[in-house]
Amino acid sequence: MTNLIATHWNYLVVVALMLIGLYIVMSRQNLVKKIIGLAIFQTALFLLYISLGRISGGTAPIIDAAKDYTYSNPLPHVLILTAIVVGVATTALGLALILRINDAFGTIEEDEILAMKDADRKAFKGKTDGGDE
Amino acid sequence: MITSNLPALIVATPLIMSAIVALLPSGALAWVITLLTSLAVLVFAVMNTVIGDGQPVSYALGGWPPPWGIELISDGASRLMALILAGLSFASTLYAKALIELEIHPKDQARTYGAWLLTMGGLLGLVMTADAFNLFVFLEISALSAVTLVAMGAGVDRRALIAAYNYLIIGAIGATFYVIGVGFCYAVTGTLNMADLAQRLPEATAAPVFVGLAFMVTGIMVKAAAFPVHMWLPAAYGYAPSAVSSLLSAIATKAAIYVLARIFFTIFSGLPDVTDLILKWILLPLSIMAMFGGTILAIYETDLKKLLAQSSIAQIGYITLAFSVATISSISAGFIHMANHALIKGGLFMAVGAIAVSIGKRANIGSIAGLGRAMPWTSSAMLVCGLSLIGLPLTAGFISKIYLVLAVMDAGLGLITALILLSSVLSVVYLWKIIEVMWMRPYQGPAISENVMIYGPLWLVAAANIFFGIYAKPVVDLADMAARAITAHALIGGL
Amino acid sequence: MFMSVETALKIGIFAPLITALLVPFLAVRVNFRDAAGPIGGVISFIAALHVAHDVLQGGVPEWTILTIADGLSLSFKVTPLGAIFGMVASGLWILAALYTTGYMRGNHETHQTRFAICYAIAVHAAIAIAWSGNLMVLFIFYEILTFSTYPLVTHKESQEAIRAGRLYMAILVGTSVVLLLPAIIWVWISAGTLDFTPGGILAGKVSADAAPYLLALFAFGIGKAALMPIHRWLPAAMVAPTPVSALLHAVAVVKAGVFTILMVVVYIFGIEFISQTEASQWLAWLAAFTILASSVVAITKDDLKARLAYSTVSQLSYIVLGAALASAAAIEGAALHIVMHASAKITLFFCAGAIYVNAHIKNISELDGLGPKLPWVFGAFFLGALSIIGIPPLGGSWSKFMLMAGSVDAGMPIMLAVLAVSSLMNVYYLLEPVARGFFKPQQKDIHVDQHFLTIMPPVLTAILSVMLFFFVNWITPFTQMMVTP
Repeated sequence: MTNLIATHWNYLVVVALMLIGLYIVMSRQNLVKKIIGLAIFQTALFLLYISLGRISGGTAPIIDAAKDYTYSNPLPHVLILTAIVVGVATTALGLALILRINDAFGTIEEDEILAMKDADRKAFKGKTDGGDE
Repeated sequence: MITSNLPALIVATPLIMSAIVALLPSGALAWVITLLTSLAVLVFAVMNTVIGDGQPVSYALGGWPPPWGIELISDGASRLMALILAGLSFASTLYAKALIELEIHPKDQARTYGAWLLTMGGLLGLVMTADAFNLFVFLEISALSAVTLVAMGAGVDRRALIAAYNYLIIGAIGATFYVIGVGFCYAVTGTLNMADLAQRLPEATAAPVFVGLAFMVTGIMVKAAAFPVHMWLPAAYGYAPSAVSSLLSAIATKAAIYVLARIFFTIFSGLPDVTDLILKWILLPLSIMAMFGGTILAIYETDLKKLLAQSSIAQIGYITLAFSVATISSISAGFIHMANHALIKGGLFMAVGAIAVSIGKRANIGSIAGLGRAMPWTSSAMLVCGLSLIGLPLTAGFISKIYLVLAVMDAGLGLITALILLSSVLSVVYLWKIIEVMWMRPYQGPAISENVMIYGPLWLVAAANIFFGIYAKPVVDLADMAARAITAHALIGGL
Repeated sequence: MFMSVETALKIGIFAPLITALLVPFLAVRVNFRDAAGPIGGVISFIAALHVAHDVLQGGVPEWTILTIADGLSLSFKVTPLGAIFGMVASGLWILAALYTTGYMRGNHETHQTRFAICYAIAVHAAIAIAWSGNLMVLFIFYEILTFSTYPLVTHKESQEAIRAGRLYMAILVGTSVVLLLPAIIWVWISAGTLDFTPGGILAGKVSADAAPYLLALFAFGIGKAALMPIHRWLPAAMVAPTPVSALLHAVAVVKAGVFTILMVVVYIFGIEFISQTEASQWLAWLAAFTILASSVVAITKDDLKARLAYSTVSQLSYIVLGAALASAAAIEGAALHIVMHASAKITLFFCAGAIYVNAHIKNISELDGLGPKLPWVFGAFFLGALSIIGIPPLGGSWSKFMLMAGSVDAGMPIMLAVLAVSSLMNVYYLLEPVARGFFKPQQKDIHVDQHFLTIMPPVLTAILSVMLFFFVNWITPFTQMMVTP
């Protein structure tokens, strides 16, 4: 067991971060905090990929035909470069939306917004003269 | 030159043009360019289907051969999907102009079209790519741009912002789940090419592969709005601008469902025991719940856009059900319904959008009374699409229904057949609610003049519903090819 | 011959559809619009006669429009039974269209253009059902018939009409989708074809144990045949204007239902297969029950149209009974009854509508003494009633006679008693209106109009009922072809 922890500690970190991130997304009312949770969640993913490619004692993958040496797998690192870009874009878009939400609702607390949404629904119903509702 | 690069052109054209369109100064100009782009994509998609001998074509992006480089694959399945996406995008674009002018601030219009093309490009990439990680990138391109589009609804109703935010968060989690799954599979196989994965996964260590499959499937189910992770969809489609609802409902979830099929039938084709287990004991029951849940919620919904969105959840249930039965004929039935449902729901959302802008308020059961006479063109097109939804013979929906029932019955699942038919009868209830109010009530309100720029494209889609209901052979044949291609054990280009 | 039989087939099917398409353009002049129906009727009737003539010569008129998908083609092929039904539907349309004009104008109804369009589409669907080449085509037009008659049922747009429309759709669409469609697909999977074939296609393909269940899916799936307990839509549909009740809910729609059952028994199961496996015994009993039960209900109804509706439910089960008995004479009797009942029942409905338009009376108890004021109408009603009761010299006596012979042939002589009791009840509930009209004193003075277009059609169909007795040998060759492959 100790051995497992010692050799796979990177995965444990990943799992812990992932759960923390997901928990924040689900439990927080504050929209910014949700975005932070999402960012933590995605960071866990980055770590997962990066640690996958790493080989103990490996160096940077610069090929030199003369020497025979171990190097880390560069592909996951490159992939994660892309994923980081996606993550940044997601965060940016999320924050931009929060700004707009703050303009429109005057708050970024989810429960308060939900209350206002209910009010909106009633207002809309009034506007559309009810009908069969 | 063009013919040999078709797979790349289908994906790259909208992506490149989106950057240009976003910078244009005027909305009208942006629309023209967007329309031309989507027309070009449609032409490419048609050429891609017609040219060639029906064999799969592998396209190595940047000249790096698979499995090292990123591969685009044009086989029966991705050809059909590209055709569906391109066709419906074109119709939606044609229709979008009048509505976007009404619903979106002039200075935002060009950028809306930019996001519009980006969504198209992302979704087309999603169906063309043969690389599991590249798929994630396209997934996020389409998701982020779609979120932007949904948020544009804020000009009409501020609740669109909340819908967009939730769509973003849930979508991002779904996509991340998918990449986690890919990571597990990559860890044990060292490859990201789908065909290559298909060959190597059966030999790899079992546990990570199963975990990977579970993560990938969960993630994509979120994107496909499969029950029970569909909650984002009614709000997102309900509050998005009308033009956007029709685009997204027609193509967005379809692409994700297609990816789900790719995961089950291509990537994990070497592990039929495991996929069968998931399909039969998880996806199948969930699909049935979606069929009934979506339909029943739709029956009680009064807001038309949300009603259609709930109905979409039920219809997605039919498609995933077809896939979960996992015979060639049922997968083919799933593809048929994907094509037909894109036509049906695209048309219905177009009609509801047209109604909303004409009456100047949200379309709900109360506000559409008597529109059958006040807006004859729009209402009759909506009637056609609605009858197609419930599967009246000689409409596309009937073809879907008959092939689905045939496939499920042929697989010996009599009870499931009964459930399918029962839920399809229930769907008559919510549609009839609309028809009664629209056609059997007097109209009270100012006279409405219909805009040919809106009902023209709408009728194009409605006519397609009739055309493919009477002459279904092309759709059925393409779907059959798609089912065979997606289950063909290994894609070409792999090792 | 002035046209090839295939051309006649196309004309017969499409004349009503073209009529429907022309109506909105003719609507600027109401006289043009209202002439479209009778003209379309004459054209398609001539075409139907031509097709029937060819069938009689031993031909099998066929036409495949297109292949929807592999194994699923939109094709027409006229069977002897189809030839009969095609003539009935198109021929009675001529009179019904004339009558419709009189009724709608006399009653000052609204939305007459929509009405005329849907009416013609319904006739188109009925003729297409009659001549369909396989079960799938039949199903397609069966559904179209349901949907095209919905606006007719809810024509008044009142709450009551809309509620009736819901019931109508719920039962007809529900049964057809949940039961009929799987039955068709079951046949498709078992037999590999859906074509109507003399002698049937199921022998050896479906086990004797499964056959009753498959037949049950069909019998209950074909809601238009109004077997109990799925008959409720038919009385509900009486909220529609009388021309709809007359042509559609006494002739086209309900006859499409029993026609489908006969087609399934004769050309899908095969008479031999049915009688060997005894798959239809239960159906014979259910039909007998429906015959008697709905007659009892009919007696309790005071509303003339409701009474006629329950009488229709009862009479339809005669045909189902004939199909279920599956002896040659019974099948012939059932096929004959399609014609005989059609001409008689359309007469009765025409009369009911004529009484309503001209005297504004709906209930039987208010008919006292009205006979002398509308002598032609009541006379026609009398003849129609006699035909349904089965008294010579009216057409209905032939079909009832054949059915009785058939029940003996099939080894179920008890059905003789059922038919006899039902006839007695017919006498009571169908002759009561006539008796009141002629023999009871008038209670209050009622102003009575005389709209010619509402009075002439029932008289003509009553005469037709009489003629059908003497010229039954026009029709028997077709019915004989059905049972001797």
